[in-house]
Amino acid sequence: MHPFLITGLLLLASLVPSGAGAAAVESVMVQDPYIDLHSGPGRGYPVTQVVERGGSVALLRQRTDWIKVRTDRDREGWVHRSQLERTLTPGGAEVQLAGPGPESRVQHRWEVGVGAGDFDGADTVAVTASYALTESLFVRADVSQLLGSYSTGWLGTAGIGHIFMPQWRVSPFVSIGGGVVYVDPNATLVQTSNRTNTVAYAGAGLRGYLSDRFLLQAEYRQFVIFMDTNDNEVINEWTVGFTHFF
Amino acid sequence: MDRRLHAFLLNAAVVAGAIGAPSAVLAQDTVGAAADAPQVVEPRVARRDVSTPAIDTENFEAGLFIGTVSIEDFGSSFLYGGRIAYHFTEDVFAEASIGSAKAGTTSYEDLSGSAQLLTNSERQYTYYDLALGWNALPGEVFLGGKRAMPSAVYATLGVGSTRFGGDDHFTLTPGAGFRLLVTDWLAAHLDARDQMFDSDLLGKTKLTHNLQFSISLTAFF
Repeated sequence: MHPFLITGLLLLASLVPSGAGAAAVESVMVQDPYIDLHSGPGRGYPVTQVVERGGSVALLRQRTDWIKVRTDRDREGWVHRSQLERTLTPGGAEVQLAGPGPESRVQHRWEVGVGAGDFDGADTVAVTASYALTESLFVRADVSQLLGSYSTGWLGTAGIGHIFMPQWRVSPFVSIGGGVVYVDPNATLVQTSNRTNTVAYAGAGLRGYLSDRFLLQAEYRQFVIFMDTNDNEVINEWTVGFTHFF
Repeated sequence: MDRRLHAFLLNAAVVAGAIGAPSAVLAQDTVGAAADAPQVVEPRVARRDVSTPAIDTENFEAGLFIGTVSIEDFGSSFLYGGRIAYHFTEDVFAEASIGSAKAGTTSYEDLSGSAQLLTNSERQYTYYDLALGWNALPGEVFLGGKRAMPSAVYATLGVGSTRFGGDDHFTLTPGAGFRLLVTDWLAAHLDARDQMFDSDLLGKTKLTHNLQFSISLTAFF
């Protein structure tokens, strides 16, 4: 396995394009009184250069909210997005850099999240994705791994939901849907066969924005498992997770 | 545009209401007159030219790691795996990782000579982990007097599943690491993690701590 790994690392290193000079570079004109060039992509890195209004800088790369620029004098540094928001292209057009504003909380489409919780006594690891049809209506898909003491399994569901107050910092939401659950009893403990059943659920939860990019979500869902026998099983699920939106 | 039209119609209606109340015919004339009148305020709205520069946004980070994991009661083993991270802000990132190792033998198995607690395939230790990380201590590392490289000490907390001894176990993984940006796109990591899960392999159920140390090389893209 060692030679394979080393080859892999070398391959990885060779595949990634290196250097800033390789990319086509765009220049912008500074409109702020001045911009600060930090030595690294973070607020704590010292300011090593300043470019005044009217000066031009080349945009090299962006990492989170920081953009690496090169000045006319060939000095490089990282500038915060907020200071480049008012720059202009040489042609006079406004520059729009990638990144969310406060309006993205209500206007985003996609959400992807990860959570953990409890499904009838079994621990769960959940991955969820949702797509907003309107500001308050969304469709979602969830996959959870169920990890119990006596059995393990998978739960996959799809559903539709409603956010009551999308513009509030914390908002309640509800959703309904259906899916399948696969349960595999632990071989050492119980001698029963694996089983797959269809399920339906109704749930309610709370979601709260932590920033312009992600939110914390807590949810309760009640599942009805449709059994082959006449009596259906009712199961409660609790989940807490982080969700990123873009 | 809609708003201006709307405001204009509203104005016209108010004017019509104030002047032309006596008769409907008069009101109609007034509206017609208002529409014909020259515009008093010329809107001075310049067209906004917006350009989105083709700038390389590098928020993903992926790479491979090697290290050692001390599987409780089963000795230490070579560990390898892969990781992919997404950086939300300069402070917070999410990371998914998978890893694999082959567990050794317990002291009991070694001393008894022939007893085997697990089959060969059950000794395979594989896991996945979905973690949230926080760059707690960002900084710079100096190499000599000319070179400074951005670095960060970060803390992570992950949930996931570990397959070991024929079963999947819910796993909570707190950890800490150090990231050094060798170049703008290449980073080296040192990581320490504790994979905690309940195991009943040796009779009674207990919480096991499986400490792992790894080094990794990752690329931003």
